[in-house]
Amino acid sequence: MKTAEFVQDLLKQYPEKTARKRAGHIAVKETTTGESGAPNCSTCAVKSNVKSIPGVMTARGCAYAGSKGVVWGPIRDMVHLSHGPVGCGYYSWSTRRNLAQGTPGVDNFVPFQFTSDYQERDIVYGGAQRLEMIGREIRALFPLAKGISVQSECPIGLIGDDIEASAKKMRDELGIDVVPVRCEGFRGVSQSLGHHIANDAIRDHVLGKGTLPDAGPYDVAIIGDYNIGGDAWASRKIIEEMGLRVVSMWSGDGQLETMKVTHLSKLNLIHCYRSMNYIARHMEEAYGIPWMEYNFFGPTKIEASIRAIAARFDDTIKANAERVIAKHRAEMDAVIAKYRPRLDGRSVMLYVGGLRPRHVIGAYEDLGMQITGTGYEFGHADDYQRTLPLLKDGTVIYDDATEHEMEELVKHLKPDLVGAGIKEKYVFQKMGVPFRQMHSWDYSGPYHGYEGFPIFARDMDMAVNSPTWKLVKDPFAA
Amino acid sequence: MRQIAIYGKGGIGKSTTTQNLVAGLVEAGKKVMIIGCDPKADSTRLILHAKSQTTVMDLARERGSVEDLRLEDVLQIGYRGIRCAESGGPEPGVGCAGRGVITAINFLEENGAYGNDLDFIFYDVLGDVVCGGFAMPIREKKAQEIYIVTSGEMMAMYAANNICKGILKYAMSGGVRLGGLICNSRKVDKELELIAALAERLGTQLIHFVPRDNVVQRAELKRMTVIEYEPGADQAEEYRQLARKISENRNFVVPKPLTMDELEELLITYGFMDAEEAKAS
Repeated sequence: MKTAEFVQDLLKQYPEKTARKRAGHIAVKETTTGESGAPNCSTCAVKSNVKSIPGVMTARGCAYAGSKGVVWGPIRDMVHLSHGPVGCGYYSWSTRRNLAQGTPGVDNFVPFQFTSDYQERDIVYGGAQRLEMIGREIRALFPLAKGISVQSECPIGLIGDDIEASAKKMRDELGIDVVPVRCEGFRGVSQSLGHHIANDAIRDHVLGKGTLPDAGPYDVAIIGDYNIGGDAWASRKIIEEMGLRVVSMWSGDGQLETMKVTHLSKLNLIHCYRSMNYIARHMEEAYGIPWMEYNFFGPTKIEASIRAIAARFDDTIKANAERVIAKHRAEMDAVIAKYRPRLDGRSVMLYVGGLRPRHVIGAYEDLGMQITGTGYEFGHADDYQRTLPLLKDGTVIYDDATEHEMEELVKHLKPDLVGAGIKEKYVFQKMGVPFRQMHSWDYSGPYHGYEGFPIFARDMDMAVNSPTWKLVKDPFAA
Repeated sequence: MRQIAIYGKGGIGKSTTTQNLVAGLVEAGKKVMIIGCDPKADSTRLILHAKSQTTVMDLARERGSVEDLRLEDVLQIGYRGIRCAESGGPEPGVGCAGRGVITAINFLEENGAYGNDLDFIFYDVLGDVVCGGFAMPIREKKAQEIYIVTSGEMMAMYAANNICKGILKYAMSGGVRLGGLICNSRKVDKELELIAALAERLGTQLIHFVPRDNVVQRAELKRMTVIEYEPGADQAEEYRQLARKISENRNFVVPKPLTMDELEELLITYGFMDAEEAKAS
């Protein structure tokens, strides 16, 4: 059966209204030639960033997840307070593998979980006093913490606690930055709004507050790298090898003081466009800092990105760029020589968030693997616009995919590998399909940069060519 | 045991009316409890002869949580054995008073405050049903009977009609019914006719028309109900009548709220029209 027909069939399983709604979120890429002779993608638009349908087991998170988990959480020298009842903080504790340097409890608070543990009386009487008390406790117990971010859980918004006033009072009293973040989980349709809210809070309370006495022409900032499994460290090495100076990293292994000087950067380098384009656009408007997207997954994209970044600078940097590329070429060729024969022609289906549904495509292609389906949990139209040119005809694109759709599509497309999140992992492994967790790199990483590609290639090979799949027997087979 | 909730516009006299009619009920030998569902905690002042100092939520806040409370701590006995409890709650502008009402009522219920010996429980609820918390007293297994205190003033009638909309919602799911309107007179023109007509349009009754009398204010200053302060006053007799009517009431309905247009039409027919004519002539 043709994939387009299969998608129609798949939708028929839904109640009529659901089928109608979901139809707009799934497409099969098909390029036709327009009247002018130019290629024309008739199926390239999928609906996105709208409310999920109840009951479909969406993989999405909430605004709090987007702010606390993604944007703020990785900043290492601050305390991030999950403000509200205990569950949100506890169950999001250490789930994202955003690594950080420093000594836990001294200048690194990433391994900790701070919660205000709201009780009934805080709901009824408001939690202002509790918040102030917690601020004082944090100051006393962790005197080197540079600041506190207050990550609002749902009840804060419901009862209307004035955390802005409390934060201001604590800022004056404690002498450190206290940032109120209105990322109540019920806001928006996914974690995406949480990214935006978090960006705005950084804009209002952090950005532009620092000075950089030795500013230079090669100062850049890495924006939207969360250092999953050490990604940002691998990326930073390349940037520095090029002769550029990284004045700030957002927000993987990030530090409050360096984030404050980002407005003095000469160029902002954006890896995860989805979660941090807002602050990049703001810095462009307010400070005239240009920004560009780059991709450090796999040698092809790394080399292209290095050259594109270098093109923004003088000949020294351009020459450095070529030196960096040449230096790593042999090593990358060796990785490809080793793994490509084992992975060539294999197909991959992806379903991830942020930048990955498009950014990892090049890395797979470097290994000879082909993407047959990809989609975003919480993408917007601009993400799909950036993705479609990278896909071959016949590739399925799915937005906010449901478990039903993913299961059926995997049965139809029969990929050799599925890359998605922890909620999908066991579904596909039980179907006997190799799987890699592409949110946390399955406890591996880094996958970024020259350091990351050999690990990425090894991990994909390990999943696809594991002998396990030949040994498992279907217990339901007759 | 009958559980009764008293609603009405803020400042209309719910607490005063409730306490006076409860005084009438205990005088007639009934055993009654009043639960104040308002952070102001002034629903039992005339019964206790003082503003309650130990509300459920204030004490829970002091001790840490509601689980740290004992029933004796918050249950107070007032005039002729009337049991009193106040939910308490935050100052205006902070926190969530509605959640306080929910927590307090659950606490009282779970701890057996509603002993089987009671004939009536009265919930005196904050003027405007601003959120789910203030509808708590009329949810399932709580008050099945509601009286709305109103006057002939336009906004009081608007509020009464709005409360009927709320009752309608809970009547469908839980079985709560409207027992009638209590008119607490503000000496508006044709007030009796107006409220009687409103009651009829809502499908209920005007259960009693309580005239305006300054003895109520004098009694309030002494922190007493009129029945206690001046048992022989005409107004005391009015409250006894209200108590008797409620005690004997069998007329419970699902109200039919009016549209805005209908309500305004009613006001024009009974109130302003005449006033306008009088002014013109």
